[in-house]
Amino acid sequence: MKFLVDAWSAGARAGSLILGELQLETPCLLMLTKKGLPAHITQDMLDDLQTEGRAMQISPIEFLESPPPKVVAAVGGVHKYLYLKKSIIVAVARNQFGLEADGLNGTKFGASFETSAGRRVVGPTKYMEAVNALRPDIWASLPDEVPAWATPKRHRMAVDRTLQWLDECLSLNAVQDDKVLGVVVGGASVEERKRSALETARRDVSGFSLSGFGLGENHDERGELLKSIIDNLPEEKVRHISGLGMPEEVLEGVAAGVDLFDSTYPHTLTMKGFAMVFPLSMEKQNGYYLEKKNGHHLSNGDMKKKNGFHVSNGETAGVYLDPSKLDMRSYIHRLDTNPIVKGCQCYACRKHSRAYIHHLLNVHEMLAQTLLDIHNYHHYFSFFRAIRESIAQDKFESFRNWFTSRSYDNTTVDPATYKESYMDGLLLAKN
Amino acid sequence: MSGAATSARVFANMAALHFEVLARSKLARASRLTLPHHVVQTPMFMPVGTQGVIKGIANDQLEELGCQIILANTYHLALRPGADLLEQMGGLHKFMNWPRALLTDSGGFQMVSLLHLADITEEGVTFQSPVDGTPMLLTPEESIQIQNKIGADIIMALDDVVKTTTTGPRVEEAMHRTLRWIDRCISAHSRPTEQNLFGIVQGGLDPKLRDQCVKGLVERNLPGYAIGGLSGGEDKDSFWRIVAQCAAGLPEDKPRYVMGVGFPLDIVVCSALGADMYDCVYPTRTGRFGSALVPEGVLKLTNANMENDNRPLDESCSCMVCKQYTRSYLHTIVTKEAMGSQLVSYHNIAYMMKLSKDMHTSILEGRFPQFVQEFLQKQFPNRDVPKWVRNAMEVAEIDISIRVQQLARETFLIQDNWRH
Repeated sequence: MKFLVDAWSAGARAGSLILGELQLETPCLLMLTKKGLPAHITQDMLDDLQTEGRAMQISPIEFLESPPPKVVAAVGGVHKYLYLKKSIIVAVARNQFGLEADGLNGTKFGASFETSAGRRVVGPTKYMEAVNALRPDIWASLPDEVPAWATPKRHRMAVDRTLQWLDECLSLNAVQDDKVLGVVVGGASVEERKRSALETARRDVSGFSLSGFGLGENHDERGELLKSIIDNLPEEKVRHISGLGMPEEVLEGVAAGVDLFDSTYPHTLTMKGFAMVFPLSMEKQNGYYLEKKNGHHLSNGDMKKKNGFHVSNGETAGVYLDPSKLDMRSYIHRLDTNPIVKGCQCYACRKHSRAYIHHLLNVHEMLAQTLLDIHNYHHYFSFFRAIRESIAQDKFESFRNWFTSRSYDNTTVDPATYKESYMDGLLLAKN
Repeated sequence: MSGAATSARVFANMAALHFEVLARSKLARASRLTLPHHVVQTPMFMPVGTQGVIKGIANDQLEELGCQIILANTYHLALRPGADLLEQMGGLHKFMNWPRALLTDSGGFQMVSLLHLADITEEGVTFQSPVDGTPMLLTPEESIQIQNKIGADIIMALDDVVKTTTTGPRVEEAMHRTLRWIDRCISAHSRPTEQNLFGIVQGGLDPKLRDQCVKGLVERNLPGYAIGGLSGGEDKDSFWRIVAQCAAGLPEDKPRYVMGVGFPLDIVVCSALGADMYDCVYPTRTGRFGSALVPEGVLKLTNANMENDNRPLDESCSCMVCKQYTRSYLHTIVTKEAMGSQLVSYHNIAYMMKLSKDMHTSILEGRFPQFVQEFLQKQFPNRDVPKWVRNAMEVAEIDISIRVQQLARETFLIQDNWRH
């Protein structure tokens, strides 16, 4: 694996990860998988979604028993087993819900995971059996992850154990040498984080995986913790992080100098019936409808509660909407023939309307999740592309400032039809 | 002038379809059915997209698989998203963005089979609204009006359908009512130049009733006809005989649609007997539950012996699933991951499209009997073709014994064991 940094902007860096014929531009998002494949997006639809720079996170924990490692090994690895030739596969220890180990139940023998076959204690030997069978492009060692509120003593133990397991994983490694990410743990302790980073950096690893974020740590402390890790890691090696999934958190991670992100955000939105619609650039409005009445934008200040709905002062009844995501289950979309985001080039937006997606959700059809996953990933990939562009132009700080403080006046309702659906909805609610 | 004659006159010059038989093989035909939205090659299987979608499959994938016409359910769509909304959206084609052909059923069958306390009177089908239990009534007029709003290329008349296991005067009553209702459907149909109203032959398992119904429907000079009231648990021997009889009585130059069929074997038999179109939830439903359709029959992917089987589902299938995944992998995800449902459904649709295409092409190229023989041989490698199939093939004048005799000669058998 080759990692080259091309550009800097404040603490952020843009780079290229080269693995054989495959290349990835960083900072970059890893797609979540279940049993090695995206949850709802088949290979042909994936080709439409991403033509290049495809990276997927895969969990060896899902490949401990079913399929048995020997079956995957016999075929020659997961790329061949699942026909994933065009993807860069990054193996990280997660269970099938994308969740990390249950740290409080870990022992010196291994980390504890909830799998579809029940609870499993997975130590380095079992873990590496799966990793060696899968032959991923990059793999993270097995960490002893604990939640932020664990005791300092437990965090110290986690650092020691993680280093020990890293050494064991390295010794059991049958895959090519330059693909390992050493995992950095240490909870909310700056000292432990520093110790973990320094010690991990001393090992023969090609990069680092920052673990234990998004596990209940204090949000204000996070910046300091990230700094204490990054300051003690070599600049030229790639950095991966789990658990920083929301856009603002991604920006925080990028600002600190992280390169690879796996995030449950797009998929979580999908499973709750939401579509990502936040703007991706200061210039483009990305299909927002500006609700104007008497010269007012609908803003938070104008909102009043009436019949359980927020309504504006003006004559039109407005509905307050989160401008970063649309609740596609809401009846206000039922007549909207527009795509989720106007101008979005994803399959869902090119081919289908909000009304149709709303209908699919309403009648519990699987295609709803497929279309939402496609859109949400497409949108998030575009977000990462915007980040990379801002770094290349040395404008990352202003991009980050714009994104985190943009005004929330915009609604994303189609004024032509929402009123009708809104009134229908009131009638439905009454009856 | 009788209602039938009036309708016949009215329909004489109105057609929203063109049906051309390209080739015949005894009773079987390969045809081209030109509909407002698409041209369909028959024999053709129609996947069922109940709620305006084939479960888990995107439109581009359906097109890639070669689907030409799909079915949607009027009952479900009238409930959600609603007929008026669909009309406002410009019809179901626009709403789901499906550019090819659509067929809607009348809603009657769903009501009778899905709803508690549904009842049929001369007026229509009375039932309790699934939303709040209030009594509701679906009349022939309303069924057609809803289907006019949905806008499918082919719409089905509301028929009085009884279970095939029903006996007694109810069966005859239903047949006569079906004929009375077809006239009401015809009168209510407001878009005859854009949508084709098919009549449905009822009459249970009684050949006399079936004959009466066929004649009655043919008098109305409809664009196409369906053979209904089958595929509900009747014995196979009765099933094929009714299909054979109805197909023989229906006009040569119009499409014949056997509703609710289904199993590949049944489709091959019905095609041999002269039917053209089929629909069933079976391929997609069984796919979601982990069963793959293959030339040999059905592959249950949940079986433990699939764990080490690194072959594709079907060596002869060129679909994306068979090119990329093994039985052992699919075994780990069927019934557990949404992707498992998607992939096996996808393959099963590919299988049904290939079956349809193989039938059409083999009839066209004058080798339909060989196709049938090979099909049966793969499904019944021990030569234990069921009696009902053999009987049906006799009537269809397809000699399925030839291949068996060849095999017998090849293995130096002296006696014709196949007769037993």
